[in-house]
Amino acid sequence: MFRTSILFALVGAALSGPALAKTLDVAAGPDAQERIQSALIDAKPGDVVRLGAGRFDLADGLSLDVANVTVTGAGADKTILAFDAQKGSAEGLLVTSNGVTVRDLAVQNAHGNGVKAKGVDRITMKNLIVEWTGGPKSSNGAYGVYPVSSTNVLIDHVLVRGASDAGIYVGQSRNVVVEHSRAEFNVAGIEIENCYDAEVRDNLATHNAGGILVFDLPGLPQMGGHSTKVFNNASIDNDTPNFAPKGNIVAGVPTGTGVMVMANRDIHVFANNIDGNATVGVLLVAYVQPFTDPAYNPLPREISIHGNRMGKNGWAPAFPGGAELAKALGGTLPPVVWDGVVTYTHPGGNPETIPAQFHIADGPVANLRLVTQGTPITSANPEVTPNLGSAPLPEPAPVTLPAGQGG
Amino acid sequence: MGFGRVLGGLALACLLVFSPMSRGKADGRPAVDLARLMDETPAPRLSDYHLFADAHARVPSARVTPYGLATPLFSDYAAKSRYLYLPPGAVARYQGAGLLDLPVGSVLVKTFAYPADFRRPDQDVRLIETRLLIHRQAGWTALTYVWNAEQTEAVLKRAGLREPVSFIDAAGRPRQIDYAVPNVNQCKECHSSNGAITPIGPKARNLAIETPAGGQLQTWAKAGLLTGLPSGPILATPRWDDPAQPVAARARAYLDVNCGHCHSLAGLASNSGLYLTLEEQDIHRLGVGKRPVAAGRGSGDLEVAIDPGRPDKSILAYRMASTEPGVMMPQIGRSVVHDEGLDLIRAYIAQMKPDKP
Repeated sequence: MFRTSILFALVGAALSGPALAKTLDVAAGPDAQERIQSALIDAKPGDVVRLGAGRFDLADGLSLDVANVTVTGAGADKTILAFDAQKGSAEGLLVTSNGVTVRDLAVQNAHGNGVKAKGVDRITMKNLIVEWTGGPKSSNGAYGVYPVSSTNVLIDHVLVRGASDAGIYVGQSRNVVVEHSRAEFNVAGIEIENCYDAEVRDNLATHNAGGILVFDLPGLPQMGGHSTKVFNNASIDNDTPNFAPKGNIVAGVPTGTGVMVMANRDIHVFANNIDGNATVGVLLVAYVQPFTDPAYNPLPREISIHGNRMGKNGWAPAFPGGAELAKALGGTLPPVVWDGVVTYTHPGGNPETIPAQFHIADGPVANLRLVTQGTPITSANPEVTPNLGSAPLPEPAPVTLPAGQGG
Repeated sequence: MGFGRVLGGLALACLLVFSPMSRGKADGRPAVDLARLMDETPAPRLSDYHLFADAHARVPSARVTPYGLATPLFSDYAAKSRYLYLPPGAVARYQGAGLLDLPVGSVLVKTFAYPADFRRPDQDVRLIETRLLIHRQAGWTALTYVWNAEQTEAVLKRAGLREPVSFIDAAGRPRQIDYAVPNVNQCKECHSSNGAITPIGPKARNLAIETPAGGQLQTWAKAGLLTGLPSGPILATPRWDDPAQPVAARARAYLDVNCGHCHSLAGLASNSGLYLTLEEQDIHRLGVGKRPVAAGRGSGDLEVAIDPGRPDKSILAYRMASTEPGVMMPQIGRSVVHDEGLDLIRAYIAQMKPDKP
C-alpha cells in the first residue's frame, strides 16, 4: 500500500509538469491593453498566452518577463496588435525572459520598435508580420523585430515592412538564425550587428534602401562581430530611398545596396541572388567614423564571397562620388566593391595595417584603394581585378539552436 | 518639487518625533504585518500590510521610517513620500556610497501624489499610487497599489493603468497629465540589475542629506537602523536643483538618478553603450561625441548624444524634450517634459568646451 502510493505520487509528479501548463485566452475587444498585459503577467513558465483573431487596439507597450511562455495569435493575418494610439513605451512588445516564443500575429504601427527581446536566452519570433502601414517614413519605428544582447535567437517566417532603421535587426547576440523571412520597404532589410555566430538564410530582402547588412560598431558591450553566413537569400531591387534619420548608422547605407559588410571578421556570403540594386551588389567597407575604443577593429577581415548569382547591379551608385566612379569604370560598378582600407590607428596607439584576407570569387572586384580608415570615398583610386584573394576560407561551423527551439 | 520638499520636511518631522522609539521599543504605533509582506501572493489592498496607522498612508507604523533623497527621479511632477521598513531586529548596512544593504524583510514604500495647486502643496492632496519594493528570501518584488477616488484605500494593480490628473503647477498654470501607473514588468525595466529587481533610490550618497536633526544617515545610525556608517563625511550626490552647486555636478546627479539605472552595463539599456551613472568616467560613454546605435528616430536627425557647447545638436537633450513614445527618454515613467531638468541638461551641455569637454 505504501509503495503503491509512492508509485502513484511519482506518476502524478511526472504527469503534473505538462498537465499544469495552461493556456490563457485573450479575445479582441474593449480593455485589450489590461487583459493582454494581465495575461502576460499572470502566465507561469510553460503557459501559452493565446490572442484571439481580430484587432487589439493598444495604447501602451506590452511586456513579458516570464520564462518559457509562448505568445501566439490566430495567424499573422488574423490577430493584429495595433499600436496606432500608443502613448508610452519604446516598443510594441518587450520580452525580457528566457525561452519565449512570439508567433502567429501582426504588430502594426508601433511608435518605437515592433517586438524587442533584451538580454535573453532562446527567443523565437515566428510567423509574424510587423508593419508600419503608412509606407516608408522616417517617423516609423526603428526596428521591426529586435532581439539584442541575447543568445539562441531564431527569426523564422517574419515579414517586416516600413521600419525606419532595420526591418529585422539582431544586435550584440550570439547563435542567431534568421530564415524564411521577408523584409521590404525598410531602410535596412536585415541587419546583423555586433553578433557572433549568425546565419541569414533563405530570406528575401527587397525594396529596402539596403538589403542585408552585417555591421560591427565600436563602444558597445559586445563588439568584434564574427562568424556570420549569409546564404540562399535573395537581395533584389532594393530601391527605396534611404529614409533613416541622419545620425543613424544605416543612414550611411546608399540606396540600392544588395549586401553590405562593415568591419567584422569571418563573414561568408554565398549562394545568394543579388540583383537589381542600383548602387552595388556587395559592398565591403571599414567603419568610417572616428572611434575611441582601443579594442575595436574597424576593418572587414576574412571575408568570403562566392557562388552568388550577381544580376544587374551598380548602374547608378547613390553615394558621393558614385556617379564619377561608375563612369570611370565603364558606366557600372562591378558586382563587388571594397573600399580597400587596410590601415587604421589604434586610439592612443599607432597605425596598424592588416592585410585583407579575402576570398572573393564573384568578381570583378573594384578596390577603391582608400587604404586608411576614415578616408572619404571621393578620394577613391579604383583598381578592378577579376577576383580577389585566392584560397577559399574555412567556413564557420553551422549554428545549432537548442533542441526544440522554434518547433 | 516644492511640494516634494514639504513632504520631505513632514517626513523628517515624523522621523524626529518617532526616531527614539524606533529602536524596537513599543511606542503605541501599530506593527507592520511582516508575514503578509513575505507571502508570495500579494495582498489585494495596501492596508492589508499595516504599513501605516491611518487610512491615508500618512502616519507610518512602527519601524517604518520616512526618508528623503538629495536628487529624486522625475515622475511627471508627482510629489513623493518615501519610507523604509525594517523588520524587528533588522539593520541596514552601509556598503559604500552605493545602495544600502537592506536585509530580507525590508520594504521600500513610495507614494505618488498631486496637490490640487502646487503653490499650496499641503492642501487638497490627491494620492495616486503607492509602490512597494519588498525584499523576500527569493529577491526583491515590485508591487503597485492604486488609490481610490475616495482616497480611503489603495488596491493592487499589476497590469498598469492610465489615470488623468489635473493640477495647478508652481507657476499657477493649469496642467493635465495622463499619468501612467506602471505594470509590474515596467517596474522591473527600471529596477533591473543584470535581470534581477533591485532598489534604485536608497544609495548612501543620495541619502546623505542634512535634516533638522542632522545628517539623515547619521540619524539612522543613532537610531539603530543603520550599521557600518563611517565616522567621517561620505561622498554625497549633489542636489540637482541646488544653485550653489556647479552645473556639471548637478547634471551628473540628475542623469545618474533619472537615467543611470537603465543606462549602465547592468541595466536595460546596456546595449546602447551610453552610460550615465555617477561612477562613469569615460566622456564618450557619457555621451560626448557618441553616435547612436539603436536610437532609431530618437536621434532626431542629430549625430551625437552630446555635442559639447551645442545642446540643440545633442540627442540627449532632444530625447528629454520629447513626449513621443519611441523618441522620449526616459522611455517610461513620464508623459510630460521635465522643463527644469531639461534646462539643467541643456546648460550642462552648453557650458562644455567643444575642444575640452
